[in-house]
Amino acid sequence: MSATLIISQLLNGLQLGVLLFLMAAGLTLVFGIMNFVNLAHGSLYMIGAYIAAALVGQGVPFVFAGVGAMLGAAALGFVLERTALAKLYARDHLYQVLATFGLILFFNEVVRYFWGASAVYMDVPAGLNGTLTFMGINYPFFRFVIIAVGLGVGLALYLIIHKTRLGMLIRAGASNADMVGVLGVNIKLLNTAVFALGAGLAGLAGFMAGPILSVQPGMGEPVLILTLVVIVTGGIGSIRGAFLGAIIIGVVDTMGRTFLPIIFGWFLEQGLAQAAGPAVASMLIYLLMAVVLALRPQGLFPVKHG
Amino acid sequence: MKKDRAFWFAAATLAFLALVPLYAVVASQPFYVTLFSRIMVFALAAVGLNLVLGFGGLVSFGHALYIGVGAYSVGILAHHGIANGWVHLVVALLMVALFAAVIGAVVVRTGGMTFIMITLAFAQMGFFLAVSLKQYGGDDGLTINARSALGLVDLSNNTVLYYAIFASLVATLYLFHRFINARFGLTLRGIKANERRLAALGYPTFRYKLAAYVISALVCGLAGFWLANLTKFAAPSYMAWTVSGELIVIAVLGGMSSLFGPVIGALVFLLLEEVLSSWKPGLWPAAETLLGNHWLGVIGLFVFALALFARQGIFGYLSGKKESGGGH
Repeated sequence: MSATLIISQLLNGLQLGVLLFLMAAGLTLVFGIMNFVNLAHGSLYMIGAYIAAALVGQGVPFVFAGVGAMLGAAALGFVLERTALAKLYARDHLYQVLATFGLILFFNEVVRYFWGASAVYMDVPAGLNGTLTFMGINYPFFRFVIIAVGLGVGLALYLIIHKTRLGMLIRAGASNADMVGVLGVNIKLLNTAVFALGAGLAGLAGFMAGPILSVQPGMGEPVLILTLVVIVTGGIGSIRGAFLGAIIIGVVDTMGRTFLPIIFGWFLEQGLAQAAGPAVASMLIYLLMAVVLALRPQGLFPVKHG
Repeated sequence: MKKDRAFWFAAATLAFLALVPLYAVVASQPFYVTLFSRIMVFALAAVGLNLVLGFGGLVSFGHALYIGVGAYSVGILAHHGIANGWVHLVVALLMVALFAAVIGAVVVRTGGMTFIMITLAFAQMGFFLAVSLKQYGGDDGLTINARSALGLVDLSNNTVLYYAIFASLVATLYLFHRFINARFGLTLRGIKANERRLAALGYPTFRYKLAAYVISALVCGLAGFWLANLTKFAAPSYMAWTVSGELIVIAVLGGMSSLFGPVIGALVFLLLEEVLSSWKPGLWPAAETLLGNHWLGVIGLFVFALALFARQGIFGYLSGKKESGGGH
């Protein structure tokens, strides 16, 4: 277990965490303000990745493909929210889960119809393709870009939520949506804006994950489930919780998968370690979540206001 | 028991299920026996889920886990050469009880949104555990050479297996009917309506919810036991999160406020899947090819519409009952 391996796995964990944060930020706001469970958030991520892959395939510059993925996912989120999902805000969580579960099945078939069932590949442009030497290790430059963009978005969201009027309304909405409406704020418009913003961030996550993971139908589901783990661990409704939760889950998952089999090898015989290591590693974040919930049901970093 | 419309409707459905193998022989369509065996397995699982979902108000998005635990218990024992079906059944139920008691002790403390997400996460944990069990097939699943040997009940005969599943479905419905109208069920429904009030009245609500969770998981485990026998296979896909979603769809479609609703839901939903994926009336070839390839998309829209518009489910509608937290 060398220092380079530890550092590069830490960076990988950070990069996964940053992607999860982009997903979790939208989902946790939608939950915090509208009290809505959106399982189709993973579909927005998938749509973002497909839009970006299609644009890059058409020769559109990489950055514009990313903007296109964000705008496309945000537009889809806007339409979904306005036409159907807003009607479900007042309903039981059960019906929200059902509706968005149906949407996942539907969107998976939509992308399969247009792009086929096999994976679509998306290349990183030459300018972002090399490796960078960081603390003595060579690490793909594109992954640094992902980390930088994710941290940048985190900072921007922090500033929006704490320093702008929109952010003030979002915080007020999360605390008491009815009261904000009574005070004359167009709460429906606020809801739509938050939903579209979250959808856009999911699209951005899909765009950035596209070159590292394969773009294929159903790609949103594993990410969605990790995102749910992040939100529950971090504290539902809290951006800070989403950020710290995402980094913790990303790092724990990546480090666990690499180092648990090695660590198990110190104590157990070869065969057993090779069987148990990956098994425990794949369950590690769920165990972490269960422990957090058993000890702190509100999550690690819950929203502070009442 | 008051013999109302709902009762006669449920009785007619069960009579229909009892006659399916006969019809399959007459129409020489042995496939129907397998299809309806599968429908009854999912009906059983959804009836189990509905104990916590419809009567307890706990939206579990992870009950497929227990189908998987039940199925893998059969698969792993058979893999090691233990063919005795009673051992399979007892081990399956014990394993499910163990999993459900430990998981339930964590999840039942939470509620609402957190409950949905954490049950989903636990089911995913089971899914990945099954995938990582390389010695038991891993990703590909575990083939079971022979069905459980249940003494005189020869499950290798498809019709015998059918009636065994049928019998366990009827027995479960009867037991649940007794449960729900007993003090336990009334308390559970009271917790759904207003947990704080029940707690203030001195009811240990945590214990009631945990007991309901474990019982409901046991029925799903039983369904898993039958599913492994039906398909002679145990795979991680049995506990995929989509299966948990489908169980909820089945319960809501049939009607959550009744005990029998999920049975109707399973009949309608699985037949709909069957029809959509294989329907070829030869009217419009292009549309049929599209449907044949992308029928899951149609199911998705159907589920979406169900969530937007359904209020009481098919059984609630047919039996003319108002939404009322379960009578029959």
